[in-house]
Amino acid sequence: MADETTREFSWGPREENVLIGKDIQRIDGIAKATGKAKYTADINTPGTLFAKLLTSNQAHAKIKLLNIEPAKAIPGVRAVYVFPTAFDVETGESKEIRWDGAPIVAVAADRPEIAADGVRAIEIQYEPLPFFVNEEDLEGAQQAQEETGEKRIKKLPKSSKGDVEAAQSEAAVVHTGYYGIHTISHCCLEPHGSHCEWDGDEKLDVHLSTQNVSGTPGQFAGPLGLEQSAVEVIGNYEGGGFGSKFAADEWGLACAVLAKEAGKPVRLMLDRATDLKVAGTRPSGFIEITIAADAEGNIVSWDSNLWGSSGMAGGTVSPNQIPYVFDFPNVNRNATGLICNTGPNRAWRAPPHPQLCALTQTAMDDVAAKLQMDSYDLFMNNLQHVSKAFKERSEVYAEEMKIAAEMIDWKGKWHPHGKGGGKGAVKRGLGMALHTWGGGAGPCTCLLKIHPDGSVETFLGSQDLGTGTRTVIAIVMAETFGLTLDDVKVNLGSSKYPKSGASGGSITVGGVSSAHRMAAQSALWKIFDLVAAKYNVGADTLSAKGGQILSSGKPVCSWKQAAALVGPMPLEIQGATEKEGLTSSRVGGVQMVDVSVDTETGKVSINDFVCVQDCGLIIDELTARSQVLGGMIMGISYALTEERIMDNKTGRYMNADLENYKLPRIGDIGNLQVKMYQPASEYNRGVVGLGEPPVISPGAAISNAVANAIGVRVPVLPLTPQRVLDALQKGGAA
Amino acid sequence: MQDRQQTGGGGSTVSRRAFLQGSGAAVAATAVATGATEVVAEANKPARLKSAKAQKVVLTVNGKEHTLMIEPRVTLLEALRNDLNLTGAKEVSNVSNDGADTVIIDGKAVYASTRLAIEVEGKNITTVEGLSEGKNVDEVITAFVKHDATQCGYCTPGFVVAVRAFLNKNPGANLEQIHKGLGGNLCRCGTYAGVTAAAVELCKKGGA
Repeated sequence: MADETTREFSWGPREENVLIGKDIQRIDGIAKATGKAKYTADINTPGTLFAKLLTSNQAHAKIKLLNIEPAKAIPGVRAVYVFPTAFDVETGESKEIRWDGAPIVAVAADRPEIAADGVRAIEIQYEPLPFFVNEEDLEGAQQAQEETGEKRIKKLPKSSKGDVEAAQSEAAVVHTGYYGIHTISHCCLEPHGSHCEWDGDEKLDVHLSTQNVSGTPGQFAGPLGLEQSAVEVIGNYEGGGFGSKFAADEWGLACAVLAKEAGKPVRLMLDRATDLKVAGTRPSGFIEITIAADAEGNIVSWDSNLWGSSGMAGGTVSPNQIPYVFDFPNVNRNATGLICNTGPNRAWRAPPHPQLCALTQTAMDDVAAKLQMDSYDLFMNNLQHVSKAFKERSEVYAEEMKIAAEMIDWKGKWHPHGKGGGKGAVKRGLGMALHTWGGGAGPCTCLLKIHPDGSVETFLGSQDLGTGTRTVIAIVMAETFGLTLDDVKVNLGSSKYPKSGASGGSITVGGVSSAHRMAAQSALWKIFDLVAAKYNVGADTLSAKGGQILSSGKPVCSWKQAAALVGPMPLEIQGATEKEGLTSSRVGGVQMVDVSVDTETGKVSINDFVCVQDCGLIIDELTARSQVLGGMIMGISYALTEERIMDNKTGRYMNADLENYKLPRIGDIGNLQVKMYQPASEYNRGVVGLGEPPVISPGAAISNAVANAIGVRVPVLPLTPQRVLDALQKGGAA
Repeated sequence: MQDRQQTGGGGSTVSRRAFLQGSGAAVAATAVATGATEVVAEANKPARLKSAKAQKVVLTVNGKEHTLMIEPRVTLLEALRNDLNLTGAKEVSNVSNDGADTVIIDGKAVYASTRLAIEVEGKNITTVEGLSEGKNVDEVITAFVKHDATQCGYCTPGFVVAVRAFLNKNPGANLEQIHKGLGGNLCRCGTYAGVTAAAVELCKKGGA
């Protein structure tokens, strides 16, 4: 036996890594790019029926009449399901429909077009009720509440510290501004949905487009009256989640019930409009801020009044996390949630940091403008006010700011706000923002098997949303055993495998990588002991590299020979998240952007956009960079074009389609550059999650760049041409 | 019946034409590049349509003929996915403008949901499945994997097909042409940088 003290779970010396930290192509890339990867929406087991939904076209209503018989009468319609959240079939009583798009009936038929016929055949009449959907309109909500008696206003806890008034009176500059960021939808390209197939009455297989393979069987079993062991949730590939796919959802249950009733498998994917309306939105926030600073731009006080909506829950972005990243000495915070008849919110990538960042750091940038200061200097000076909870990151922010500034040539390109000059209509500007996120290690268990022939595989009930989870696991196993990626197999995506946490909060990579390092090192030590005994070498002299077991660097036997020593059955090791020595939490990150604003059309274009991002030890730099690029692009989207537009007259979601719900296209993103910040101090922290942080800063950074270009703040995101022109009309450097 | 014949490409044809005429250049460029306007050009052609009932439709997909019994209103995308189990092309939106359903019809990139299956009888249809056979995969696929032009992967097959069709016509395209020519495909995860890198590399090799 080797000395136990050398057997602590740890990552190897960085310079010895063969795979970890390199650019490694994702192992499911070919499956995805060839179309062979099967998503939930692709499951076509024999006899599969197709389901379509009748949804509410009212923002607030009761159902006066519902007749599903005409749908049932259509040949090829096999089952019809009335959502109990909409209408009680037993009593014939309507429930309260509270938002546009709420599911009312699901129809399953032999073909999708017949299911659509069924939906069209349903007779429905509504009794409209008063509604309110204008989440930017605080006064309007108060008025609506008074007029209708329906609760529209939810006072949220106030907080304060220090003496804001005194600080303002002594400050060199006091700035008051209004800022906002609208609601957006998750807009996963694979809509929410499932494919349900029963085996008799007692066993249910659910293909589910989910971020939560291990956590969803009970959500089906409970309402369906099944034992949890009777449900298997399968999710091999997911077409995006971004925080909106943790649940079975009422349409998942509808799918299971339809399948049971029809005696055939059913696939129910939401249509695009319904997906945008009810399957996840990010809350809005609007804020009036008075912010005071000394002559060096050190912010001394913060006074804010925040409102916004998360739908009927009446929340807004977390009021107590404002100001974001920073914590100033004197603070007053007031907040109100508006109760709106809009689809419910769900966690949206880094909730609610993108909104917090946009609301905080635009106001800070306006202080720089007022002081005629370089924004870079203002942010740098205020690093002394980085929140106590992660004060230790302030030095990293400073380093990252320096790197980002060099990448984008900040000092060379900087001009005071609105003073860029130039004769044409197009003005250029620079902006920056910085962000933070936790991203620790989530719960994960796995079963790692080393077969006597040397093949290696693992089983875990996790999921790969496209973040590279499969690839990260394969890299950790291959690196630990000195094998290639082809030598190891990753089995995930079934709730029958050892449980693994939901993928949310950027905690998956920490969980799966530490669980697999722990399992793989444990397995390797057992094999080392067998090799030591067989070949009469010291176990603590052994290492595994290049498909061989080495003793003090000299080959002893091949990996296959070593694996054969485990006997006729595989060596099985249960792994579990091991935070100590393998993972950490908390990241920073800085983004800087150079934009052009056409002052005649209001169009904003991205020229250069850089991100410097820390995230501890990087397992796969290629997929890590992709996460950052993806965050930046999603950020460009909500900064410039992406917005849910509610119609105040009808209460409906007006742009619930991909023509008018505008996402950027390939030519709309400018030149993106990513620098992973990874000095030894980062490697030594272990693995920290990365999926969310890079999506946080773009709103503030791009808004700041636009303000720098045109000399006036466009207060509300997204910065559509109309809003830019409106702001210019109020006074800018046109 | 008369209406159906006149619209040919389905109800969306007319509205798409109006939309293209009335909207910005970027959208128009997008549609031109992916062949969506082809629908407009063919809108007035009489379709082979005898009744609205299910009927025999023969599709030539990836070099193989498939005989289906489907109603004339079934789109090519639905036929590929639900009848032929060729699920590489995805349905992302009801009114297609996302490109996840891109296929190649007689050499042109087309949104499969903008065509009725019955309209494309006799035409050569290539889906993403036609770009790989066993270990023999199109270089576009290899380049996508190399440059990590995929995250969740749902838009990826459509993007791969769009790049293949684009390269066939523009083997030495520059960056601006790539951006315009591939503007018909949406990605939510943000893989555009990887797709661009893949397309640039292939254009440097002459569109291999």
